[in-house]
Amino acid sequence: MAEPLLTFTDRGIYCPDGDFHIDPWRPVDRALITHGHADHARDGMGRYLATEGAAPVMRHRLGDIRLDTVRYGETRTVGGVEVSFHPAGHVPGSAQIRVARRGEVWVVSGDYKVEADGLSTPFEPVRCHAFVTECTFGLPVFAWRPQADVAAEIDAWWRGNAAAGRASILGAYALGKAQRLLAAVDCGIGPILTHGAVENTNAVLRAQGLMLPDTVRVTPETDTKAHPGALVVAPPSALGTPWARRFAGPGGAPSTGFASGWMALRGVRRRRGADRGFVLSDHADWAGLNAAIAETGAERIFVTHGYTAIFRRWLAELGYDAAVVETAYEGESLDADADESDQGGQNAPSPREDLEKGL
Amino acid sequence: MKRFAALFTALDQTTKINPKVAALADYFAEAPEDDRLWTVALLSGRRPKRTVTTTLLREWAAARAGLPLWLFEECYPIVGDLAETIALILPPPERREDRSLTAWIGEIRALSALPPEDRRARILAAWDVLDRTERFVFNKLITGGFRMGVSQKLMTRALSRATDIPEPDLAHRLMGDWSPDTVSFETLIRAPDPTVDLSKPYPFYLAYQLDDGPESLDGPPAGWAAERKWDGIRGQLILRGGTHFLWSRGEELMTDRFPELARIADYLPPGTVLDGEVLAWRDDAPLPFNALQKRIGRKTVPKKLLTDAPVILYAYDLLEWAGEDRRALPFVERRALLEAAAAEVPPDAPLRVSPLVPFDDWPALAAERARSRDLSAEGIMLKRWDSPYRDGRKRGDWWKWKVDPLTVDAVMIYAQQGHGRRANLFTDFTFAVWDGNQLVPFTKAYSGLTDAEFRQITAWVRKNTLERFGPVRSVKPEHVFEIAFEGIQASARHKSGLALRFPRMARWRRDKPAREANTLADLQAMLAAYG
Repeated sequence: MAEPLLTFTDRGIYCPDGDFHIDPWRPVDRALITHGHADHARDGMGRYLATEGAAPVMRHRLGDIRLDTVRYGETRTVGGVEVSFHPAGHVPGSAQIRVARRGEVWVVSGDYKVEADGLSTPFEPVRCHAFVTECTFGLPVFAWRPQADVAAEIDAWWRGNAAAGRASILGAYALGKAQRLLAAVDCGIGPILTHGAVENTNAVLRAQGLMLPDTVRVTPETDTKAHPGALVVAPPSALGTPWARRFAGPGGAPSTGFASGWMALRGVRRRRGADRGFVLSDHADWAGLNAAIAETGAERIFVTHGYTAIFRRWLAELGYDAAVVETAYEGESLDADADESDQGGQNAPSPREDLEKGL
Repeated sequence: MKRFAALFTALDQTTKINPKVAALADYFAEAPEDDRLWTVALLSGRRPKRTVTTTLLREWAAARAGLPLWLFEECYPIVGDLAETIALILPPPERREDRSLTAWIGEIRALSALPPEDRRARILAAWDVLDRTERFVFNKLITGGFRMGVSQKLMTRALSRATDIPEPDLAHRLMGDWSPDTVSFETLIRAPDPTVDLSKPYPFYLAYQLDDGPESLDGPPAGWAAERKWDGIRGQLILRGGTHFLWSRGEELMTDRFPELARIADYLPPGTVLDGEVLAWRDDAPLPFNALQKRIGRKTVPKKLLTDAPVILYAYDLLEWAGEDRRALPFVERRALLEAAAAEVPPDAPLRVSPLVPFDDWPALAAERARSRDLSAEGIMLKRWDSPYRDGRKRGDWWKWKVDPLTVDAVMIYAQQGHGRRANLFTDFTFAVWDGNQLVPFTKAYSGLTDAEFRQITAWVRKNTLERFGPVRSVKPEHVFEIAFEGIQASARHKSGLALRFPRMARWRRDKPAREANTLADLQAMLAAYG
């Protein structure tokens, strides 16, 4: 019997026929990258292949790398196999990677969500025989509401704070979530300020043609009093730091919010200690995962990160040939961000560190 | 329910006190009177009797959501709250129906009279007309343990704002043996009749912990009275209308558990209320706490226990005398009244006055404190001579100056995830000491680490799990923690042969290798010295 099209090694997902890895976590010669987040696009690969949309962020983060780009849907032959990249809807430029050999098709999802977020190219299901999927939120307790509803909630919070003379500090990951929020909120409510880590990513994405509202970068010189009622978008690690306390206004301390899928759980929300938790994720919820898997038509499912053991059992009961694969992917970080040392913006963080936060 | 759910959301959406009080005060000003009363009841720990078991709720919820029960059971520990797990997995409601909080509570209580199949139908019908927050609240009403991030103190403040009744008066009115069935908002809060509930206790005054030594207190030593801090059960003894009541600090009636205290009513007049410590007592000295412990769990007491562990009330304050509230008097006068009253009680009756500890200066008191363990006391209580008897925990007049805890360095060997706010974090640990080359588990501990430390240890546990036993994981015996505890007792129920009181993690000893943790022999030596 021929070797499987993809195998799972201690360096990452490997295609023996094509001699390449997908999202490897240790240095390899040839790496196909689903998207620019730090746990998927790492330093030290000989050659990289990614979508045009993912490339600018990767170059920004990883510096001078040998990077070749493809368009969504364009087919390349690598070694003896065909590869193509298809929208994953996770962040701008993110892709599922399709690998085909003599009619046998495997797809590696990377990270994905099925709802259109208005910024990323929306997720497209790809028919395949074997599907390698994340399951960060692979429990039935996770059921997202439409983005418009969450945006309306954020707008109401921001509007209320602005009326009371308070700033609104919204914690969101610097690559993807932050820009998604910028594009979704009602920017007529007031000025929008950004933490350096967020603004650096904004600059990269604007340069590649994405439309974002006007934002003001916060620097040590910024007069925080000059922007009453502002929305301040910052990485979660900046919440609760002296950086955040600078935004105290006539209405007192700023109100803090945190946008993450984990905010669906009250216990997590309370532990984060933010005033408000907004349930918004760039990963698929339970229904999204199940729908995406069904639409692939795949019989074999490999689950890579998230609630893998539970989700595998669920899939097995539905009749799939399902297995857990150990990987180094992290999904949506729940607590790690709070442990990071960056106190936010006082010393401009290096572009690389910025995006490390953008899990 | 909409209004109550909105209140819940408002309280849940902020960590700041003022917005919470404002939201509650608004609710108390606007909500229907019976809903207000139930809200006061719920926020003071009163709840409808459980009418459906959680096992049935889980089965019904999983079936309604079209999920296998095992999947529900996997979700529950991750969410950390049963009511929330159910609210999250159910499909969206099919239609909406707004009934009052009181109406829904009535619905829940009515279930007790119905056969199981009808209970199921009623619960499913309720879930079908409630949105996610309302369902969560509804489930919480069934499962109990309703906490909304609001203490009774905060609720009392909001109620005071809404009714213009001073907080201390409200705190008193909310005490005791009432339920929404026995009172109305009017009779409980607006126009209480003191003769209706003879058992009504006063709010307990609680001391703050003194961390920096008595030199940090205001004024000279002469302004302060000192007593021993006894290791018993705080109790308020009420003598009114020819009968007596004993209340615990947790507002539980303990009268029947300590029947020997009835004798006190033979010597003291009705209209007397004493605050003190219930202690197991023999030969003019307190017995160790575990003698008393045998009596705590029992509603009634067999004769043998009455002779093995007889109790007394070691009184230290007098709140009511001759039917009048004396709490506003300075402590020095209340103490004089107490001593005069107790002088009428014969020495063999179960009432004594907790003696003062005389001292001239703070070093002298420190020397007295150092004797605490020898006297089976937990430390020293300091009370300002001119202070009134306040309600709740108020800083300034009463301080507890506890002896330093006992400590032992132990190795973490099992870890388990927490619940609620601590769901998804490993916070519940089992610790062991060395017995030769064996690690013998001897205690669990849950508290004492910072959130950041809990996150670090959680990441470590995930990577260093040896085996899983349901929710419990055994981990590499690598990390040493200093365990602090208040007391140590022999225990036949524990493998180690001993049990600790109030164990907690005092420090993470990252500097210590596991091999250098304490031994079982060290613990046995502590047991011999302090047990």
